[in-house]
Amino acid sequence: MIKFSERQLRVPKLARPVYLVTAGQSKFDRAMPDKRTEELCIDAFTQAAELINKTPAELKRYIHTCYYGHFADHFGDQLLGEAVIHDRLGLDPLGNAGIKTGGATGGSTLWEGMKAVASGYSDCVLAMGWERMDEVPTDEGNFLISCAADKDWESPLGHVYTGYYAVMAQKYWKVFGKEQPSFRRTLAEIAVKHRGYARFNPYAQGPMKITVEDVLNSPVVAYPLRALDCCLMSVGAACAILCDEKTAVELTKGTKNKPLRIWVAAGSHTLRPADRLHMEIPLLPNETAKQYKDLGKRFPGGERYPGFTGFLGARMAAWYGYRMAGIVDPMEDLDVIELHDAFTISDVQSYEDVGLRPYGEGRDYVESGDCYHKNPHTGKPGRLPSNLSGGLIGCLLAVGATGIMQTFESATHFWNRWAEIHGDPKIWKKFNRQKPADWTNLQVKGAKRALAISHAGVGSHVTATILMDPDHLLKEDA
Amino acid sequence: MSMFGQVYVKNNQYKIKGNFHHMTPNQPIRNADDGWKLMGVTNPRDMTYMHSYGGEAIFFESLGKGKLMATRCDNRKCDMKGTIYQPFRIHCMSCLGKNTVIDMTKLAKKSAKIHTFMVCERSGAFSILDKPIKFINIEFDGVPTILMSYLSIGDPKIGMKVIPIFRTTNPTYTILDLSWVPVGTKETNLPEGFSF
Ligand SMILES: [Zn+2]
Repeated sequence: MIKFSERQLRVPKLARPVYLVTAGQSKFDRAMPDKRTEELCIDAFTQAAELINKTPAELKRYIHTCYYGHFADHFGDQLLGEAVIHDRLGLDPLGNAGIKTGGATGGSTLWEGMKAVASGYSDCVLAMGWERMDEVPTDEGNFLISCAADKDWESPLGHVYTGYYAVMAQKYWKVFGKEQPSFRRTLAEIAVKHRGYARFNPYAQGPMKITVEDVLNSPVVAYPLRALDCCLMSVGAACAILCDEKTAVELTKGTKNKPLRIWVAAGSHTLRPADRLHMEIPLLPNETAKQYKDLGKRFPGGERYPGFTGFLGARMAAWYGYRMAGIVDPMEDLDVIELHDAFTISDVQSYEDVGLRPYGEGRDYVESGDCYHKNPHTGKPGRLPSNLSGGLIGCLLAVGATGIMQTFESATHFWNRWAEIHGDPKIWKKFNRQKPADWTNLQVKGAKRALAISHAGVGSHVTATILMDPDHLLKEDA
Repeated sequence: MSMFGQVYVKNNQYKIKGNFHHMTPNQPIRNADDGWKLMGVTNPRDMTYMHSYGGEAIFFESLGKGKLMATRCDNRKCDMKGTIYQPFRIHCMSCLGKNTVIDMTKLAKKSAKIHTFMVCERSGAFSILDKPIKFINIEFDGVPTILMSYLSIGDPKIGMKVIPIFRTTNPTYTILDLSWVPVGTKETNLPEGFSF
């Protein structure tokens, strides 16, 4: 019953191309009693500078405006924390703004930074995101997270966000998963994969060498989801530097970083899932209305869209983003992807929202082996590897940093620097983490295009960040 | 002994009485691994807020009286005309006109059905619900939205028929005053303070 006007469906157009030139991140951990937030932000910024052979002071001289993603003031217990970080980075009196869109905060921060460059307001911007979730114990943390639900209609119900979110997982499990043990195993496989990839990432908080059985035997949090199906709660920071073409070329001259074209698109949906109204499925370029005519027949209960099974916000972010950047079929056009795996089941839901598989068939992306760095069935490279960073389940959920971390992690493949950034023993030592004996290089060879999805809770805000090698664009005037 | 913060409104201004914050002394945080050197401090804070329900006040007041209120857009020029909103929306989401408040208790008793649910083993600080919490999302005939609430008795199933119960004795004036039980539950089995 939701209808869009033609103007609302206008494909966004940047006034000039925008480039990602470098990025950086801090260590991610559940708690960091030895570091203030500004120390983590400076770690991230210093890495971004080093990757283009600059000192922080040299890089700062290029920056014109700053965009700060920090979601939860009440977690960090510092209102206007953006001003604190901006000052500690020594960037006053440049203009800056704080951005907060829940779990999508990192992606939205890139969205704002991109627009500043595309419009011509700035030639070079800093997009920095962080989160501090260790200033309260877990119960109190659950309370603070639940404040992101509707305070009168949802939060008092247990003060536990999982409850508002996981009802959707339950519906998906019943309707599209058909409560099949094989689907439950597929979900567990995702948890194994993301925690496994996190083992090769020194920045990651939750590396684990586990099996499907370990996931299936972990304690139930909200059936069918178990403890190992759920994402982490983290402290950390990540940043990115976005520029116009001229500045991008200048900043990366003589470095290993090739400037990458960047587009960010955004979608939204009701904060209360309760308010979702029935509508037609907005189609991605690789879909037809006909293919969904019998969706309710094939999956009884699946006729209601988005119902409690799809994320319309994610679908719309992809809808705008793909058209903006010329992506027709994400499986064909993309080489690497980072999805917002808050829970194993929401990872599957997002495969469908962003068109890796049609609605109802998301599990096939895992079962086919397409989602792996190395397809376990064929032994060949996976068709479109996802969450090689470890994602939210294996690497982090430091809310404001997450979407920027995903973009940085994707970019390391383009720059052919994955092994350098994740394998250097000095980094493992600095973070006081043990580099595993079976450490594996997860570099995706020849990556030319990537997608990162940054997603707030029940889907109130979602962004799609698209990266492309400028020599491999899909659309001339993008 | 301090007194809980209390508030009433007079001439559209808050009139307050009692304590709206409680003092707890802060403590140092020290490092057991490094000579108990200082790492930080605790910041205790216990504060009472004053929150207005605005145009939704009638919904929360009615729960304690055993009624489930909703709203409906009656704007004949609106493409959403006739739409019943539950959750209660003060203004229509399409035309932004003021909705008509309606009593949908009967409709709920007749047609409420579980759309989806979640049994949650955890809760957050300040939760007063017993664990596990049985979250349910409820659909009603002729209502396009799906209300979130909790089931007080029995195990939820998709498609299960349920009826509303209301905390009519000592209501909290929050969404917790509304709960649900399976059709056929006897009044004597309802949780304390609740009635049909
Ligand atoms: Zn209306």
